[in-house]
Amino acid sequence: MSKWVLKGLQTGIKTTSYPDREETASGVSPGLPGGRKEAGNEAHLVISRCPTHALTQAGQQLEVNYRRCIHCFRCLRGVQSAGDWKSGYEWAASMATNDGADHQLGKAFGRSLHIRFVDGGACGACMSELEQINKPFYNMHRLGFFITPTPREADVLLVAGPVTDHMRLPLRKAFEAMPTPKRVLAIGACALSGGIFGPSFASGSGVSELIPVDIGVPGCPPPPLAILHGLLLTVSRKPSASLTFPGSIAGREKS
Amino acid sequence: MERSLNHTGKLKNLSEEISLRWLDQVRVSLDPQKDLCRIECEASVLTDVCSWFFSKLGYSFASLVVEEDSAEWHLRYIFYGDMENRQIHILYQIPKMEVKVPSISQFVHAADWHEREAEDLFGLVFEDHPRLGDFVLHEEWPEGVNPMRADFDSLKPYVHREVNPEWLPVRILQARGAFMMPIGPIYSDFAESAHFLLETVGEDVIRTIPRLFYKYRGVEKIAEGRTVDQVLLLAERFSGTSAFAHSLAFCQAVEEISGVEVPARSLVLRRLLAELERLRHHVCAIAGICGSTALAVPTSQAGILEEEILRLSCTLTGHRYLFGLNLPGGLSMDFRDETIKNLSATIQDLVKKLDELKEMLRFSSSFLDRLEEVGTISRESAVSYGMVGPIARASGIARDLRKVLPYAGYEAADFTVPIEQDGDGYARLRVLFAEVVQSARIIRQVALSLPPGPVISRLPTLTSGSALGWVEAPRGAAFQWVRLGEDGRVVRYRLTPPSFTNWHGFHLAAEDFAFQDFPIIMATFGLSNAESDR
Repeated sequence: MSKWVLKGLQTGIKTTSYPDREETASGVSPGLPGGRKEAGNEAHLVISRCPTHALTQAGQQLEVNYRRCIHCFRCLRGVQSAGDWKSGYEWAASMATNDGADHQLGKAFGRSLHIRFVDGGACGACMSELEQINKPFYNMHRLGFFITPTPREADVLLVAGPVTDHMRLPLRKAFEAMPTPKRVLAIGACALSGGIFGPSFASGSGVSELIPVDIGVPGCPPPPLAILHGLLLTVSRKPSASLTFPGSIAGREKS
Repeated sequence: MERSLNHTGKLKNLSEEISLRWLDQVRVSLDPQKDLCRIECEASVLTDVCSWFFSKLGYSFASLVVEEDSAEWHLRYIFYGDMENRQIHILYQIPKMEVKVPSISQFVHAADWHEREAEDLFGLVFEDHPRLGDFVLHEEWPEGVNPMRADFDSLKPYVHREVNPEWLPVRILQARGAFMMPIGPIYSDFAESAHFLLETVGEDVIRTIPRLFYKYRGVEKIAEGRTVDQVLLLAERFSGTSAFAHSLAFCQAVEEISGVEVPARSLVLRRLLAELERLRHHVCAIAGICGSTALAVPTSQAGILEEEILRLSCTLTGHRYLFGLNLPGGLSMDFRDETIKNLSATIQDLVKKLDELKEMLRFSSSFLDRLEEVGTISRESAVSYGMVGPIARASGIARDLRKVLPYAGYEAADFTVPIEQDGDGYARLRVLFAEVVQSARIIRQVALSLPPGPVISRLPTLTSGSALGWVEAPRGAAFQWVRLGEDGRVVRYRLTPPSFTNWHGFHLAAEDFAFQDFPIIMATFGLSNAESDR
């Protein structure tokens, strides 16, 4: 078995230095549409190409609803005057609610956060990106984040997918089994808005329909660094996204 | 020319033989261009004809497509094979009032789940089928609700009946100490939602009863009435880890309906991107297998390679999972020849690293102990269940759609289809490693022979028509039946993904094993629930 130890040592450290330093490697994020200051004459053309109605015109600006954007690149490719495209990955944001409650768990959980994941009908890409945060390049253990097999030991619930009708009951049971204080992160466009699947006869329009969501991570899928940002935001180690979320990214009020 | 004449002759032979066997009960029509034989048949001979193709001639069952118009049910049984006639469509019609259909699955076991699905979603009753009932729709759906029927409104949220949350599994095996061990739908790290009942007498598991469709999003139904552009998003995103393969199958179907010629450059690039996706999927599956045996270093090594491929994909195309590339008529973006050459060089390096990993794993006895003779699928079972992809190839079936029904110019690609005979977990791992090498080989060929030209053809205005699209997705053969209405919108969208086909046979591999082997069997199958549940 010593050959494996040697192999591991030879490989060296691959892990990103985020959050201490920005990750600058190429290909860590697909980016997001940035909207535009000057909407211009072609604005309605760009807007009409958006299949999920994530783009709207507000005065002179082109606004993006990040709950709905699914990275189809249709506002970018094949148009004369493409919308802006922003790189970066710090996309997680607190869901705006009326009660003004603090959505972060706070410093006490800073380096010991236990995570339970529930698949509410995700396509597999979100889950693949979630798996990456457990793999060498992102390695969430170094940040004090751990996966726990049972919701009874979990502080944070990660949910991906539009929440299919068949997963409503398991999701609610998992949430109810968690001890307080607890937080819910909605991962990806489907979990935030139902994406291209919901609402329909078989799936809903996102997690907030069933359980209160504290933090949203947009993207289709959100890259691993965006998910890490969401977890860091949960424990107040990183500020909320600088993206604006027109109409707020929160779906409904807390129930 | 000579080949095609010769071919038409062989098709004619087949049609004569069918006509002789079943005289007036069948009507055969041939389409030599598509290498396709259509057989309309009556109820009395449906099972005979299907089982003749499946058992006697050795065709594989691809899909059962149910379509509905105002007067009739149209059932289409699709078979394929590497024989002289590649595609067989057996058509069968019954009046709308009628719901009874002869079951073919007693002879064509591969059609078992297709019939169960059609019973659940369309309300058709397959006579003599032993296991009809709740399948896709779970207990929150009342009996008699059939969402795939034309009169069901797919956009309205359905109000379900209350179910008892205190559910307990039924014990089947009545023996001292026997019990049912439920796993899921929420379990382990980042596992997908699925439920398994392990029937056990302590340490040994007698059998596994999987219960799927927790992730049923009704993709086939919600596609109806949408435009091709919108359905393309569904094709791409219903299974995000094989997005390129499935969107390619959809685009190919639409391209066939519209008759558009896809530019040569985009065909070549499609092969490149499809192989890049296969490569990533296989590396991820290898990482999963190493992870299931708790061998940390190779899990990390494969994980590093997987992320490197994800970053390469994103740098090349803008998206880590190759979303937004396929369009009916070609691709949404072009790449510089130089970029493709560099990509190919990087991929060859990466495959070398993977080969080193394979060599090290080959001599890790504790690892091999856990994979060998675990989750074995015999060749006979794999044939009978119509299994596809790396799983079938590990059980000695070399059927690969890139060879059987070449698409996207794969007939020009020089590669081999690796097979193994053992059918166990280790054989499946070896197939994955061998396929990675072949994918890298195809990528190298593409980089050396990239034709110039545009990457997209203008699509004519779409009108009514139907076509079958297919690809060899990373997990195996995938079929998509697309029918467009006169306004160019989708009327029927039938998805037969490889995970659906292979989950059907999963229980064969999960019989008589020890508890700790369950994750290993799961990992060597490497199936996706998102892909299977749709």
